[in-house]
Amino acid sequence: MKLLTGNDLKTGDVIWWNGLDWSRFVADAVDVAEDGEAILQREEASRRVNASYIIDAEQTDEGPRPTHIKERVRALGPTVRPDLTLKPADPNAADWVI
Amino acid sequence: MYQYDQYDQQMVDTRVEEFRDQVKRRLAGEITEDQFKPLRLMNGLYLQLHAYMLRVAIPYGTLNGKQMRMLAHIARKYDRDYGHFTTRQNIQYNWIKLEDAPDLLAELASVEMHAIQTSGNCIRNISSDQFAGAAADEIADPRPWAEILRQWSSFHPEFSYLPRKFKIAVIASDTDRAAMKLHDIGIQLVHNDAGELGAKFFVGGGMGRTPMIAPEIRDFVPADELISYAEACLRVYNRYGRRDNKYKARIKILVHELGKDEYTRQVEEEFAHMKELGLNPPVEELARITEYFADPAFDTQASDELDLSDPDFAVWVDQNTDMHKQSGYAIATISLKPRGGIPGDASSAQIDLMADLAEQYSFDELRVTHSQNIVLPHVKKSDLYALWQKLDEAGLAPANLDLITDSIACPGLDYCSLANARSIPLAQKISEKFAEQGRQKELGELKLKISGCINACGHHHAGHIGILGVDRKGTENYQLLLGGSAAEDTSLAKITGPGFTEDGVIEAIETVTDLYLQEKQGDERFIDTYRRVGMEKFKEAIYG
Amino acid sequence: MVEAIRFRDDEPHEEPAGSLDSFLDQSNATAVRIEAGEDVRQLLPYLERLALIEVDFPAFGDGRGYSAAQILREQGYTGELRASGDVLVDQLAYMRRCGFDSFAPEKPIDPEVMERSLGRYENIYQGTTDQRSPIWKLRHG
Repeated sequence: MKLLTGNDLKTGDVIWWNGLDWSRFVADAVDVAEDGEAILQREEASRRVNASYIIDAEQTDEGPRPTHIKERVRALGPTVRPDLTLKPADPNAADWVI
Repeated sequence: MYQYDQYDQQMVDTRVEEFRDQVKRRLAGEITEDQFKPLRLMNGLYLQLHAYMLRVAIPYGTLNGKQMRMLAHIARKYDRDYGHFTTRQNIQYNWIKLEDAPDLLAELASVEMHAIQTSGNCIRNISSDQFAGAAADEIADPRPWAEILRQWSSFHPEFSYLPRKFKIAVIASDTDRAAMKLHDIGIQLVHNDAGELGAKFFVGGGMGRTPMIAPEIRDFVPADELISYAEACLRVYNRYGRRDNKYKARIKILVHELGKDEYTRQVEEEFAHMKELGLNPPVEELARITEYFADPAFDTQASDELDLSDPDFAVWVDQNTDMHKQSGYAIATISLKPRGGIPGDASSAQIDLMADLAEQYSFDELRVTHSQNIVLPHVKKSDLYALWQKLDEAGLAPANLDLITDSIACPGLDYCSLANARSIPLAQKISEKFAEQGRQKELGELKLKISGCINACGHHHAGHIGILGVDRKGTENYQLLLGGSAAEDTSLAKITGPGFTEDGVIEAIETVTDLYLQEKQGDERFIDTYRRVGMEKFKEAIYG
Repeated sequence: MVEAIRFRDDEPHEEPAGSLDSFLDQSNATAVRIEAGEDVRQLLPYLERLALIEVDFPAFGDGRGYSAAQILREQGYTGELRASGDVLVDQLAYMRRCGFDSFAPEKPIDPEVMERSLGRYENIYQGTTDQRSPIWKLRHG
């Protein structure tokens, strides 16, 4: 599947296109299929996202899982500071990344 | 240390307002991201893996307690309660909001700090020797010159859109504690035969994809012509540095492609013309700045004796203190490499504590080293024990300066969008593996440097042992290098062979350190044994 | 055609700025256009004759033109020195300091933003060809 991701212009938060809006959680991300570029252009132009791009991911039981480890680190947070990630209480969160 | 006058203060205040205006225009859509990017980079703000990352400048690695406290405050108010000290003596915060940046910069400006030109294709932070002003072997304190270069390079209209970034280091001793020859320009202050002060210029060093040691292009530039000589070096680079390929755009490529002699000829030609232009600040300006770097009021009666009856204290003194030029004093290094910890990170509480300790024990001065540690440069020997106890309580007293667990590690894939592999977990695992003090001590001076990608921010080319993280068909893989050095015996590490998994490279490090202990003669450090014995033997031991 | 911006009192020069090659071929041209990679020192023998030198910025991040301008002014060129191409408002102040006194941007420049940005810094750290006194001079007279 193809996910559209970028950063919030004002806050810098990593965000994912959920079909209607931008979410901080990759679990909410939808497959943009062939429409990714068009959505990207529109959302960049209205400054609802910054530095956006399209990535590959697999659909899994836990939701979309980016193919590349870098994007998984980006989706969750630094593996070396679990307390600063989006899932501080989840001891298995790093496994999803690695 | 240097203190701003009204002019310096006005410059940073104006810069804050300029950036505030630029941010406003960006948020309103009046400029595009492409147009805005160099502007925010020249204020130290990257868009990084997790968010905007801000790199705050710590000019030549020197700061005081008040400034440290501001860095702690920034961490608490605008980020996640910690900062990361870098291999260029700066500090980084990983979750800064663009909309907060102008206010944050205004707060920094209130304590004479900024993030000016810590990124972008311009002249970056001028780095220097972390023992400046305290070391017995310097011919002068290099920092007044670093300050003159800082002012000269700040907002330089001709050199703000260079082919690529530009890094300058200044030292004033034969011992190189600042990796001087691995900079775009390395400057060593020297005296000529007539006893006059001047500088040796080394141009074209660097790490990254194509590491190079800077050749010496001039053995003596008179001190009062240093700025115009630097201008000449930069102008040739600005005009002829490559702009067709980002990975071939540093000055080291230009010097290499032209050849040192031709590059030097062009610089000398430019310099002959530029030295007549009145670009050099007068001797009065150097004198004015130098006054700020006068020795603190040392207690000349201070005792040079030390009670080493506490064995843990003795170990720390032995490893983490260095000789001071003033009898009765010592240079103390605070290690930011705790066992299993993240190299170079410090919590806001630790930063506050270091501020207090500097004020109490080091004439209110601290240094950041390019190995991501903190130095208290002027500690009375009679205060060392009390200092150590407080450091120890706060987890800041690992006695590992220059030992294997005092590794340099870039942020790596945990933080950096350029990375191919995580570097921090590897540093942590190695730190755990070699934690036992006796074992570390036995291995002695062993500079381990880890980079998460070929950009080499972890200085792996200059490691006695270097590790480079690569992407091997989508998984993290690690190459092992041996034999590099960032000191005056500058050398570039060589790769041993095929890469390893994370566990594999740790095993390989155990193999090479065991081999060192086997082969070691006399007082040899790891690097000495390696240089004498050669790569083949190490290769054989690793790969069989 | 985007409006050019000029900081000179004299009349705009009428002769069009031809390429460096064509300039060097003629004996009486008074205007020339320099591409980013061309060596502006080739013009040094003709500075007296020249009334307009245009320096191109193919991309605003290509900073070679700043050195070109400085070299010309250092060598005594007093005619119009124009920056053309990808010239944006946030680079104008540095361009002015390097000696440019007119601009032919590809895209329009907001005059209000320009005024704010040109007047923003009262002082400067280093000497350039604009003859302004750097801070070290103000400190010591």
